[in-house]
Amino acid sequence: MSDLNQTMAARYQNNFLKEIEEQAEMGEWVKMCMQCGLCSGSCPTNFQAGWDHPPQEIFMMIRAGKRDEVLKSNSMWMCTSCYNCYVRCPRKVPVTHVMHGIAEYAYRIGQSPKNQPTQHLSKTFWDNCTKTGRVNEVKLTQSLYFKDGIGAGIKKAMEMQAVALGLVKAKRLNPLEAIGIAHKCKDIKGIQAMLAKANELEAQRKAEKAKA
Amino acid sequence: MTSVVATNQTILVVGGGISGMTAALEAAETGKQVVLVETNPYLGGRTVQLYRYFPKMCHPTCGLEINLRRLKANPRIQVLTLAEVTGISGSKGNYSVSVKLKPRYVNANCTACGECGKVVQTEIADEFNYNLGKIKAAYLPSSMAYPQRYVIDSSIIGTPDAERAKAACKYDAVDLEQEEEVISLNAGAIVWATGWQPYAAEKIVYYGYDRFPNVITNVEFERLADPHGPTGGKILRPSDGKEARNVAFIQCAGSRDENHLRHCSRFCCMGSLKQTHYVEEAFGDAGKSTIYYIDIRAIDRFEDFYQKVQANPNVSFVKSKVARITQDKDGNPVCNGVNVEGYKRYATAHDLVVLAVGMEPAVKGMDIPADVMSDSSGFIMADPANAGIFGAGCATNALDVNRSVQSATAAALRAIQVVNKVARAEV
Ligand SMILES: Cc1cc2nc3c(=O)[nH]c(=O)nc-3n(C[C@H](O)[C@H](O)[C@H](O)COP(=O)(O)OP(=O)(O)OC[C@H]3O[C@@H](n4cnc5c(N)ncnc54)[C@H](O)[C@@H]3O)c2cc1C
Ligand code: SF4
Ligand code: SF4
Repeated sequence: MSDLNQTMAARYQNNFLKEIEEQAEMGEWVKMCMQCGLCSGSCPTNFQAGWDHPPQEIFMMIRAGKRDEVLKSNSMWMCTSCYNCYVRCPRKVPVTHVMHGIAEYAYRIGQSPKNQPTQHLSKTFWDNCTKTGRVNEVKLTQSLYFKDGIGAGIKKAMEMQAVALGLVKAKRLNPLEAIGIAHKCKDIKGIQAMLAKANELEAQRKAEKAKA
Repeated sequence: MTSVVATNQTILVVGGGISGMTAALEAAETGKQVVLVETNPYLGGRTVQLYRYFPKMCHPTCGLEINLRRLKANPRIQVLTLAEVTGISGSKGNYSVSVKLKPRYVNANCTACGECGKVVQTEIADEFNYNLGKIKAAYLPSSMAYPQRYVIDSSIIGTPDAERAKAACKYDAVDLEQEEEVISLNAGAIVWATGWQPYAAEKIVYYGYDRFPNVITNVEFERLADPHGPTGGKILRPSDGKEARNVAFIQCAGSRDENHLRHCSRFCCMGSLKQTHYVEEAFGDAGKSTIYYIDIRAIDRFEDFYQKVQANPNVSFVKSKVARITQDKDGNPVCNGVNVEGYKRYATAHDLVVLAVGMEPAVKGMDIPADVMSDSSGFIMADPANAGIFGAGCATNALDVNRSVQSATAAALRAIQVVNKVARAEV
């Protein structure tokens, strides 16, 4: 992983903007930003508790070549995909998608922050739902709650007990999922074949980009 | 029936703003016959709705007066007000044009004594003041209106109000029998100078123009500052009539925005810089202005104007496009956003927010009843294939008065060349 990071850093030298444009999905939009600030001002997260940099600042940092600060930043992972910025940007920059593209690139080359909760969620969610084509809520919750150890997990689970019971009552959560008796897609093999093909195509595309 | 003398050596000018008047005068003063068609009941266009204009901060009435004097001295210009071009056929050197004339219900006997306005009871929206107030349905659009003739609004025709107006007039000037008519005339060349309109601010949903009374537009602010405006020149905010001493200006409201107007409207940075002078003029050091901007575009020779405003301690600049306006419990509009310098959030209350809305063409290219080329915003472009119709002023681009006049003079010259060719061919 970090090999890929070194390769990229060496290849693009001081041109981080070019690296993002060529390697990160939607990265070619970064240069369209005119630094008006509408995206940042429209973000409902208010950048509290842990947002390092609003999107507009990330875009400027990319141009300024702040490679490490950007790739290791948690900002892209904090995006809630509300799409406020996306619909308002006067330059039609697909801000949400660019943020996701940079996040994925940072992850791909092993530079994304370790133990970042939303990154962990994304990965866990993906692994969980691609197994049967449906999300196993109980297992997903378990793996999230117990991410920071047994103690923290039990505490969190106790806190959320009432919610969980409510969900079970409303038939929104099936406790049997805990032992693997869960809703599944009819054609799991078909789904997995599709995903495998998509993975293959994406890997191919990225490898080409990395070589180019 | 209105009669107009026009041949294929006549130049038709559509739109009687500063651009149309300039084109008409320049052409007529070289000896050409001109018909000037204006949809309003008066000439002057949107410049006469400004309080003062940059860069010299003079009153628009002054420039208008000079032009009106030239106009009155020139028998070669026929002016049609309340008139609209509905069809154009033919080609360069030989157009046939139909013009719809709306009745004014007041004839040339009118001395503008105002007796009719006194007796009429119905009130209508005051368009000259961007609907900020109401006026009587028999009215003189503005003190400088040319022609100085009252107008009776069609909404009271057939009501006792109209009869009252007629009875009150000592000069037999009220003519309730007037009817809409369509006339046709010839022209060798056409100058299209229908100008601009302010972008519809309510479309910028996150600024709440239609929800918050103390969020207004730059054109409305001009009327608030003008002694002839609805507040007699006092800068009072709409919700409670309180003096607006702390005024925010939001630049690029609708301009430079792929979701609204794609173009930079060019004049609005200068417009807001100018309007900070109004705040200072009204309240001295107690008047504070804040300009929220992406970047200030004081084009051309206006950089010194900008620098003077920048040096004024009562004017602050915040580099940020405001993302949202909310309203606090006292009815103050609050600007929310992130300051690009330092990336800090702000939520700042002001007495009044002025949206520096941009310009769009009043008649978009595709709505002109002739084949003209226009850009993606609807501004007319020069088109060699259609060399008999020329755009002038803000119909061609977002321009200030100075540039509008230049563009109008250029259009007049082109039109003159066309009719000169016609004249030579006919000898
Ligand atoms: C808030 C604000 C402040 C400004 N301040 C300044 C300033 O300080 N200095 C400066 O230089 N510029 C200023 N401007 C710009 C200035 O207003 C324009 O440059 C000017 O109005 C352009 O004149 P025009 O004749 O091209 O268009 P207009 O003034 O729009 O005139 C067009 C005319 O055509 C008529 N018309 C429209 N449609 C038709 C039709 N279909 N048929 C017939 N007639 C029609 C209209 O009624 C109007 O009379 C300001 C603009 C704004 C919005
Ligand atoms: S809204 Fe668009 S142009 Fe403005 S700062 Fe954000 S990305 Fe850049
Ligand atoms: S002139 Fe200024 S306010 Fe107007 S659109 Fe251009 S940059 Fe924006």
